[in-house]
Amino acid sequence: MAVMHREIYQVRDRFKRSTIVPVAMATVLSLFATGAAGQTSTYKAPRSADGKPNLNGIWQALNEASWDVEGHAAAPGIVTALGAAAAVPPGMGVVEGGPIPYQPAAAAKKKENFEKRLTLDPEIKCYLPGVPRATYMPFPFQIIQTQKYIMMVHTFARAVRTIYMDDHKEAPADSWMGWSNGHWEGETLVVDTTGFNDQTWFDRAGNFHSDALHVVERFTATGPDHLLYEATIEDPKVFTRPWKMSMPIYRRVDKSAQIMDFRCVEFVEDLIYGHLRKQPGK
Amino acid sequence: MNHRFLVSASGLIVLIAGMLLPTMPAAGQATSAAAKTNGTPAKPYTQPRTPDGQPDLQGFWTNTTYTPLERPKDVNKEFFTQEEALELIKKAAEVEGEQTEPGTILDVHYDFTQFGLDRSQGGFSLNLRTSMIVDPPGGRIPPMTAAGQKRAAERAEARKRMGAATDAVQNQSLSVRCILMDRDGPPMLAGAYNNNYQFVQIPGYVMILVEMLHDVRIIPLDGRPQMPQNVRQMMGSSRGRWEGNTLVIETTNFTDKTAFQGASENMRLTERFTRVAEDTMRYQFTVDDPATWAKPWTAETPWKKSIGPLFEHACHEGNYGLYNTLAGARAEEKRAAEGANKPSK
Repeated sequence: MAVMHREIYQVRDRFKRSTIVPVAMATVLSLFATGAAGQTSTYKAPRSADGKPNLNGIWQALNEASWDVEGHAAAPGIVTALGAAAAVPPGMGVVEGGPIPYQPAAAAKKKENFEKRLTLDPEIKCYLPGVPRATYMPFPFQIIQTQKYIMMVHTFARAVRTIYMDDHKEAPADSWMGWSNGHWEGETLVVDTTGFNDQTWFDRAGNFHSDALHVVERFTATGPDHLLYEATIEDPKVFTRPWKMSMPIYRRVDKSAQIMDFRCVEFVEDLIYGHLRKQPGK
Repeated sequence: MNHRFLVSASGLIVLIAGMLLPTMPAAGQATSAAAKTNGTPAKPYTQPRTPDGQPDLQGFWTNTTYTPLERPKDVNKEFFTQEEALELIKKAAEVEGEQTEPGTILDVHYDFTQFGLDRSQGGFSLNLRTSMIVDPPGGRIPPMTAAGQKRAAERAEARKRMGAATDAVQNQSLSVRCILMDRDGPPMLAGAYNNNYQFVQIPGYVMILVEMLHDVRIIPLDGRPQMPQNVRQMMGSSRGRWEGNTLVIETTNFTDKTAFQGASENMRLTERFTRVAEDTMRYQFTVDDPATWAKPWTAETPWKKSIGPLFEHACHEGNYGLYNTLAGARAEEKRAAEGANKPSK
């Protein structure tokens, strides 16, 4: 029954819904869905075969966190030749409760990261984006949900996360995307991720973490085409206290939506190895 | 005894999965009925189903094999006896072991024997076929058409103009550059190690996670059309369907960059995954490319149930080998140039 319901639902989507649900509507839904304390709504998502909220689908954030998770005004880009095309779009930020609580030395490093972002930002080199950055980059990602494994397949760099739902383990080694154990709390998928290396950033503004990063994410359907995404960031080497970001995530309802190939290694080879090309006559 | 080995090399996070599975032909243990008869079980196999009714292929698999795509020229039969096959595997494993003579350059790169990376140490399905290619019956890729030969010659000429492999990063293979590997395909073919896959199924999709390059194939099953002709990807555009218990995946929209066995970008690939036993899946693929071969040709190879989990293979992020290959070549040129400039006695 659950399957049938979902299929009917998808067919309806394809005929009635436009490509991106208007922001205003999303905001209303989001407000409706979250109380002051971030409590979830009474919306009950369609069920998967195991009776859990069915989060399957292709999803995408629609905000400016990819440029800077904190509130920021518009700014010029760092590549002069790209002009307005690479300028920074302004955003109100996704961090709750004031600025990111950096320890003093870490605040200095964040500033340095920002100044040297053209050479230091791992996104530029097509490195795996880490968590939570992968979630709100301006690319779609697909959730593939089963009882034992929930896969999150990102367009950027083909980054993939496996959320282990019933075989919880400690991370066997540090990695770029971390090691994720998940469980359900009512309507919410809770993902606990550790085992990160210290190579990824949170955004293009140089916000960063150490290998002590611990991320707890909560994915809650607030309507048929919206998720509330909350991520609590804990890193005692970098921050004075845990802090949180939250944002809505939107279903890509376009009929033809699919995760396409973004094999960006090829796009960065001249950047990384170009100076090692044999020069004519040598 | 099941083990996974974690290897950390040069401070980068490289997770290499080695598997020791119980059915190790080289160790002389019994092989499964499915393997003995090349993927056809003695008793009919009852296919499990997913909750939404799809044949269930979920879990971890490996396609490691010693069987070559094409039949060796000195072999004139379709099947080896089990004794012959085991002997060949034993010999091949010895050769792999010899790659790691202590103190040699290869020994510094990977120690296959020590880390369980040689194929004989991992689990795999014993295949008595002398080639993966089953059609044409000669077990070899058919001769290319005149157009195919012309294209192959042009490609070789273009490649020659690019210079030596160490002249530029683009002259290296896609796998060395961490862009695409044989395991990704399609067709998905094993390499020397890390031939590990995970199948996950939900209503409307089959997902195949490839450990190598953390690559993912998400195959829609809803009958949607292929991508528009002008949208071309290295892995093409794949659409799937079930024919009985067989997952059939059709892939088109390739680029000129992979050129599988000399194929054109208009190659049409049909893959068939059929679970023939609890621990064995038959993988067949048919290459149809009239611009290169007059008739389609077909290959098949068994995949064996494996153990998880898969680990993050951050290949590009730690590709020091590629960097050092190019940097080394430039350093050698510099040294040679300095030597040439020295006045001779």
